[in-house]
Amino acid sequence: MTELSKSGAAVGEPTGTSPAPSSFLEVRDLKVHFPTDDGLVKSVDGLSFKLEKGKTLGIVGESGSGKSVTSLGIMGLHTAGQYGKRKAQISGEIWLDGTELLSADPDHVRKLRGREVSMIFQDPLSALHPYYTIGQQIVEAYRIHNNVDKKTARRRAIEMLDRVGIPQPDKRVDNYPHEFSGGMRQRAMIAMSLVNNPELLIADEPTTALDVTVQAQILDLIRDLQKEFGSAVIIITHDLGVVAELADDILVMYGGRCVERGPAEKVFYEPRHPYTWGLLGSMPRLDREQQERLIPVKGSPPSLINVPSGCAFNPRCPYADVPKDNLTRTVRPELTEVGSQHWAACHMTQEQRERIWTEEIAPRL
Amino acid sequence: MSENAEDKAVDIPAQTEDATTLTKGVAPGETLLKVTGLQKHFPIKKGLLQRQVGAVRAVDGIDFEVRSGETLGVVGESGCGKSTMGRLITRLLEPTAGKVEFEGKDITHLGVGGMRPLRRDVQMIFQDPYSSLNPRHTIGTIVGAPFKLQGVQPEGGIKKEVQRLLSVVGLNPEHYNRYPHEFSGGQRQRIGIARALALNPKLVVADEPVSALDVSIQAQVVNLLDDLQQELGLTYVIIAHDLSVVRHVSDRIAVMYLGKIVELADRDALYRAPMHPYTKALMSAVPIPDPRRKSAKSERILLQGDVPSPISPPSGCRFHTRCWKATEICRTTEPKLVELKPGQQVACHHPENFEDQAPQDTVLLTAAKEAAELVADEVLAESAQTSAAVAQEVAAEAPAEDDGEAPSEETSEETSQEISKDK
Repeated sequence: MTELSKSGAAVGEPTGTSPAPSSFLEVRDLKVHFPTDDGLVKSVDGLSFKLEKGKTLGIVGESGSGKSVTSLGIMGLHTAGQYGKRKAQISGEIWLDGTELLSADPDHVRKLRGREVSMIFQDPLSALHPYYTIGQQIVEAYRIHNNVDKKTARRRAIEMLDRVGIPQPDKRVDNYPHEFSGGMRQRAMIAMSLVNNPELLIADEPTTALDVTVQAQILDLIRDLQKEFGSAVIIITHDLGVVAELADDILVMYGGRCVERGPAEKVFYEPRHPYTWGLLGSMPRLDREQQERLIPVKGSPPSLINVPSGCAFNPRCPYADVPKDNLTRTVRPELTEVGSQHWAACHMTQEQRERIWTEEIAPRL
Repeated sequence: MSENAEDKAVDIPAQTEDATTLTKGVAPGETLLKVTGLQKHFPIKKGLLQRQVGAVRAVDGIDFEVRSGETLGVVGESGCGKSTMGRLITRLLEPTAGKVEFEGKDITHLGVGGMRPLRRDVQMIFQDPYSSLNPRHTIGTIVGAPFKLQGVQPEGGIKKEVQRLLSVVGLNPEHYNRYPHEFSGGQRQRIGIARALALNPKLVVADEPVSALDVSIQAQVVNLLDDLQQELGLTYVIIAHDLSVVRHVSDRIAVMYLGKIVELADRDALYRAPMHPYTKALMSAVPIPDPRRKSAKSERILLQGDVPSPISPPSGCRFHTRCWKATEICRTTEPKLVELKPGQQVACHHPENFEDQAPQDTVLLTAAKEAAELVADEVLAESAQTSAAVAQEVAAEAPAEDDGEAPSEETSEETSQEISKDK
């Protein structure tokens, strides 16, 4: 418990420009906006968090809440302007190990990418190149950052494939992605992303495309590898079960913003945001007695072009009328500390939320 | 678009006539659909002459019944044949062998014309609400199509009926003239449900109805399916890979592995005491949304590798290559799906939570020895304990009968020792 509350991926108040932080990774007021024909899509709109080495941060949210855009932002994959002249508009600060990435030289960021920061994508079939063997792709990732000959790199690739549990790695290294099953492809992706011992690993829905039995294998693998390499891990998922398994800290995103974050225990046992309550209530759970009915969140996620004014969650929130003066519809709530290292953005008072959670929500879960 | 219609309580206006015709034919609890020895082999053709060189045995001999008014959940990993099974019972695919009976009538080989009257009674909800709605048709046309195709003239006209259906599934009836792209995923799934309900079907087969939806929307659709079943007395076959969703919606559950049903049981029995090792492994693999249980990792049974290819499935019990209890008999003899406990059918020689069916066979296969390394000692000890306890119970209950089958406590003990020795 104490270890958790002191844990790394805690929160720092969004500040202006200040000197390099002490944390391994610190994101301050990150905004990623995309101009489109229909208007400005505010995918991420002011996100801040910290993460220490050896810790895991879980980012949870529905599709379109800005989870993946955040991760691509940290990897620096938005600046390339892949949308023609319309570049993504990014502001804020991303500090990795004392370096600010957004203002850094693109060449420098390119050197970090794949070596210090690497990523596991959701769909390994589209993330792996179909024309090259698994071995060639891992060798490439290794040789770009290390001055070694092909033989050494190949040995390293086989070693990594073995490490992630691919049988007969010396033969499999010459297979093409289509010759691998879904689970093995994801293992190969993990091998590729870990080949340079990155210090930060971002896993974007790493198990969503996989079956539960394979998912269990992959989660186990990520956990073991983290222990072994001591990397910081950001795991992005919509599955609360997966974050509960892996994460030390949890950040809940809604409409491009963080609505709650804190140690995993707190977010699961003393959540202080109605959206988090909604997520917990809408999940059927295997570890509990059969619930009669699920408690869904009404409505659908907001459009990121027209985010509702005030609290983005207000049209779906059953408690939107609890705060006075129509506050939820006019003023956007800021993150406030609701406990040790635990923050939530809601207009209801701490007491109101505590009462609703313990009396109305928790007994129904 | 107005969202407030989304989660409105489902009220079904003026349903009198239709509701009564619904359950005509088969009374609740009686067999509505009966499947025997159902098979579907997809041929693999090669070469210039397109000679058949093999077959994907997607569904390879399954038997089950669906009773009127119940929900049968079907779970399994991808490639286990659950979707093919759904398409076979709705006759979207032609079975290779076996028999499908609907309300006592053999529909296995009915032609398109012969099936047409039945299409009213058997409807399907598809997984992907984006590809299952024609983007060029309005919602009114999509939901009204079944009436036109079946030549049914609902009371008050098609438009009125479609609007009623839209409000039943929690959509705004004024959205009649909108196109699918104007709706979110959850709303589209509701449109798919409205279309399936249009002709008052008796059986609805839903293939992964919620897996493409967000968590909060998933719950809305699950609740909607629940409500509709209660109001309209529907019978569901729900195919899904998410075990917690399946538990929530089903009365009985079939677990499939490589084209076979390995366990078919009442929901509570299955989740309380799974008997097939595969069911147990599958259930233990589901991540539990509870950070306090992170340390309780030992309960998890990790299966090695992937599901074998359905082109050449393993001999005997198909799970023997990944099972930690597999012995020689599992490799040679295929276990039959038999009812070991009331309401719980299992196909296994060495079931969990029950007496061993083949106690004389104690030598583990090498595959099992490898697999056992991934199973925590506690799990093994526990399973040995429960099977010993059950064996004792059975032996005490029926000492005279089938004493050849009922193993003495000692043999069970031996088995468990064998397991720990091998580890």
